[in-house]
Amino acid sequence: MGGAIHLKGIDWLILGIYFLFVLSIGIVLRRRIRSSEDFFLSGRSIPAWIAGLAFLSANLGAQEVIGMAASGAKYGMATSHFYWVGAIPAMVFLALFMMVFYYGSHARSVPEYLRLRFDEKTRGFNAISFCAMTVMSSGISMYAMGLLLSLLLGWDFSLSMWLCAGIVLVYILLGGLTSAIYNEVVQFFLIVFGFAPLVMLGLHDVGGWSGLRAGLQRVALAHGYGAGAWSESWAYLGSPALNPMGVEWFGLVMGLGFVLSFGYWCTDFLTIQRAMAAESLSAARRAPLIATLPKMLFPFLVILPGMIAVALTQGAGAAAFTLPNKPDGSPNFDLVIPTMLGHYFPNGLLGLGLTALIASFMSGMAGNVTAFNTVWTNDIYQPYLRPGAGDRHYLWMGRVATVGGVLLSLAAAYLASAFNNIMDVLQLVFAFINAPLFATFLLGMFWRGANGNGAFCGLLAGTLAAALHHGMTLPAHAPVGVKGGWLAIVHLYPSEMAQNFWTAIFAWTSCFVVTLIVSLAGRPPPPGSLVGLVRSETPRIDVSASPFWRRPGVLAVLAIAAVVALNVLFF
Amino acid sequence: MNLDIRWPLGLLFGVIGVLLFGYGMATSAAAPGAPWWSNIDAWWGGVLVAFGALMLILAGRAR
Repeated sequence: MGGAIHLKGIDWLILGIYFLFVLSIGIVLRRRIRSSEDFFLSGRSIPAWIAGLAFLSANLGAQEVIGMAASGAKYGMATSHFYWVGAIPAMVFLALFMMVFYYGSHARSVPEYLRLRFDEKTRGFNAISFCAMTVMSSGISMYAMGLLLSLLLGWDFSLSMWLCAGIVLVYILLGGLTSAIYNEVVQFFLIVFGFAPLVMLGLHDVGGWSGLRAGLQRVALAHGYGAGAWSESWAYLGSPALNPMGVEWFGLVMGLGFVLSFGYWCTDFLTIQRAMAAESLSAARRAPLIATLPKMLFPFLVILPGMIAVALTQGAGAAAFTLPNKPDGSPNFDLVIPTMLGHYFPNGLLGLGLTALIASFMSGMAGNVTAFNTVWTNDIYQPYLRPGAGDRHYLWMGRVATVGGVLLSLAAAYLASAFNNIMDVLQLVFAFINAPLFATFLLGMFWRGANGNGAFCGLLAGTLAAALHHGMTLPAHAPVGVKGGWLAIVHLYPSEMAQNFWTAIFAWTSCFVVTLIVSLAGRPPPPGSLVGLVRSETPRIDVSASPFWRRPGVLAVLAIAAVVALNVLFF
Repeated sequence: MNLDIRWPLGLLFGVIGVLLFGYGMATSAAAPGAPWWSNIDAWWGGVLVAFGALMLILAGRAR
């Protein structure tokens, strides 16, 4: 039996008001869509703070909210690394060093930047894989939502998916990217206001921070780890055996902190699109930096509930609530958030919390659909299928692609429900494709010698290296197959996460080396052909006229200082 | 894009806040004797109304 969530009229009312709201935003924004740039990139008119919050929210799907709480329960404070190490440095790097090329090149998408900097085949590889991945991601998100709502509330799986997909479809058709961005900002505040009470009530229940630490200590000792293994983020990373995540600090810093994190935050069009929609280069550079502040505080909103739940249910005597078990008898930490919502929130607040969750699922889908319709229209349809048509035609195609994207997402959702293993395989393939990306962009933006052949071969080599590494290694106690070892078992990793980190490191390195070698063996692009695309041919940005609080450098230093302070505080 | 996002933000949270506050007061009236700080619906509704008002004020000043 799932969590005991019983909705009353007030809860339905709040949810209904939210649905009406998102549709109204789309209706109001419709008049402002006059060109394809309006539809795909909001006419590049979004203020920095809105672009920043949308940048953050586009990444903040409900699966992250639910997944981070689950990880908080399973791994404790070390989960914060996904934010403090695994996001902030990359966001700062993107803002300071890469945004100038994305925005200044006037590329309309990340694949288009690759076309301008390298060549058509590199763009095509990135565009096609991105489109496939983003539709799948959207589908998995929809599937997770349908499943959760049917489990918690008894809603029909299909009906809830189609209803939410329908609403997303309407508001994007009407208002394009701006609609999606505005709703992402609404989602952000809904999550803050929807989950803050949960943290406050949970902390009160567990006895404050000291009570939480005491409970976590009992959990850690009961699992055979050191006393602080659930409440300290770095102290137990000396070796995989010392922490429940099964990783050591080097693999974590290089694999997560560098390759995976930079690979996602610096190259994924889903989030970068929001910064590209900003009203100026200065705003585009500040957007990711503005996003770092809420991002670094989010662990207290999403990870803490998981830690509170495990401290309450395993660390003390009888807790007032229990977590449902998985079929194998272990607690189902994916249900931490819904269970706690049902336990702590009275009706009214429950409606708010539920609306926050549903809003996150919906804007996750909307983010994927807006990224998909842009890359499809600009990077696949326009260059390969129908070049030279007018802007009105591409605007029309953008709307068609929106419908197509939503339908494909739903298809992916049904695929996920019917063939769970196929989805796991597909996600693995896309992880292989993503892993080397950052090496390509790094070389492309900072070394003018990198050429198209080098980039393309590097991407292929990196993807292959990721696949080979995965095929030849296995996490301890995992079965051969989608977890690895399908070629041969050359190395055993202490955990799946360790294997992920090292797959990423191998992929990145292979891509870097191959791109270097193939580019050196060929000819560099002609001098002067890379203005605005590479550091050596782009004039430095002069920020001396801006007040200090608008300078990206200043904001970056503040962000890094703050995140270092947090790491020290929770060491 | 000329629609200041603070208008819809202010409206949405203001409306939800008023609803929560009203519901919280109504249900606490039906359960006398509970401590005043346990009526989280009313309290949080108040917070949302304050946030909504702040957004509307900021939007109004920016015009």
